[in-house]
Amino acid sequence: MKSPLTLYQEHLGRGELAYQVSDGRPVFFPRVAAPGTGSTDLAWKVSKGEGAVYATTVAHYKGEPPLNIALIELDEGFRMMSRVEDIPAESVRIGMRVRLRVLPASEGRAALPVFVPVRP
Amino acid sequence: MSNAVSIAVAGVAESDLGQVAAGMSPVDLMAQATVRALDDCGLKLSDVDGIFCASAQVRFGPMVLAEYLGIQPKVFDGTQIGGASFMSHLAHARAALEAGLCDVALIAYGSTQRSVSRSSASPPDFNPYETPFRPMMPASAYALSASRHMHLYGTTREQLAEVAVAARQWALLNPVAWEKEPLSIEQVLQSRVVSWPLTVRDCCLVVDGGGAMIVTRSDRAKTLRRPPVHVLGIGEALGHNSISNMPDLTVTAARESGRQAFARAGLAPRDVKMLSLYDAFTITPILFLEDLGFCAKGEGGPFVAGGAIAPGGRLAVNTNGGGLSYCHPGMYGLLAMIEAVRQVRGECGPRQVPGCDVALAHGNGGVLSSQCTVLFGSAATH
Repeated sequence: MKSPLTLYQEHLGRGELAYQVSDGRPVFFPRVAAPGTGSTDLAWKVSKGEGAVYATTVAHYKGEPPLNIALIELDEGFRMMSRVEDIPAESVRIGMRVRLRVLPASEGRAALPVFVPVRP
Repeated sequence: MSNAVSIAVAGVAESDLGQVAAGMSPVDLMAQATVRALDDCGLKLSDVDGIFCASAQVRFGPMVLAEYLGIQPKVFDGTQIGGASFMSHLAHARAALEAGLCDVALIAYGSTQRSVSRSSASPPDFNPYETPFRPMMPASAYALSASRHMHLYGTTREQLAEVAVAARQWALLNPVAWEKEPLSIEQVLQSRVVSWPLTVRDCCLVVDGGGAMIVTRSDRAKTLRRPPVHVLGIGEALGHNSISNMPDLTVTAARESGRQAFARAGLAPRDVKMLSLYDAFTITPILFLEDLGFCAKGEGGPFVAGGAIAPGGRLAVNTNGGGLSYCHPGMYGLLAMIEAVRQVRGECGPRQVPGCDVALAHGNGGVLSSQCTVLFGSAATH
């Protein structure tokens, strides 16, 4: 058996953002049992990777450029923490449409799902 | 009013606060506050037969404190839900006291996070779905909530700053408050940004401190040294754990804890003369004023504007100066309750709220995660 985290990270390794569905409802973070029901009937799905910024902040670490941290609402109906890249951290706006970009694993860090703005 | 809850706070005390003596441990502070709280009510250590405690630095609180105090408690509880733990302890102490499982309950807290640094006092849990994005926890979680509140309701940074300025004005009336200098809205806005929209002045203090509370059944409390402060109602609620899983970032489980507390007390917000609202960050009192029913959702910003929760304002909030300006050792809930108890006793000197017969203390833990509400009342309200 593989853990939910291992399966999630294996998807990310292939450039995919995976989530689960149980009784027709999206489940994220991935689990061994569905919240509310305890159902172990959890199907893995791959997100289209499109969504909108739900909330945003800019962390100011000493000696580093400002770092965006955002909650992204995916179109499939689940929410996750991530960041929006390609634009200044403070330019990220709630409601902004974004698209997934998976950063490959490096130096002991697992692959990372970040987002970039969808250019109209 | 309601007689449903028949317990009362008999004694309260703070430990040393701010920057404590070198080498003091969190349990030293719990014990120091305990003997002071016992002295406050006139009970002896040997009367204590229930121990309730928590600290981010002590994994097995009740064991450690019972050993230190030399007590074999009949009842013990180390519920750890962050800053709201102590309101939860009070709820569990009430159940134990009402069931006759113990007679005198001690609730205690101690933290040396300033002395040992916050990162070693309470290292954040690793969350594989959040930590890689390097949120500055817990500030970034509260900042995310604030961003959403600003977006949906037009709440401004100035309105957030009002909360910090009001806390500072109250703190200047409290001789044991950490902060001693006035603060302006302009100064809050121009302070170093920690996690936008929150500046360092929107964030609670990082200091040492602790406290203790002695709770008994109301009939016994009436025979003791201090006027009993009755526990009229308590509500406890858990929302989520991580900020990614908070269903709506502008609505907290305080709605549920407040509903429970008011229902059990048979009271409404209009009956409350003073509030201790856990102010980990300036957004939190705004959320709790809304969720506890003191104003409508989204109106918290305008509600606090114009010095409305400062001394002389329309509603007395965090009269000790709060976690923002008085003391925030990491889990502030017990200190929030102590101030509410003292206001009901009428012993707060220059910051006393006149005729404070009902006070509300609200605790928050994690990242807007655990929410617990307590209504305290004078003998007249019991």
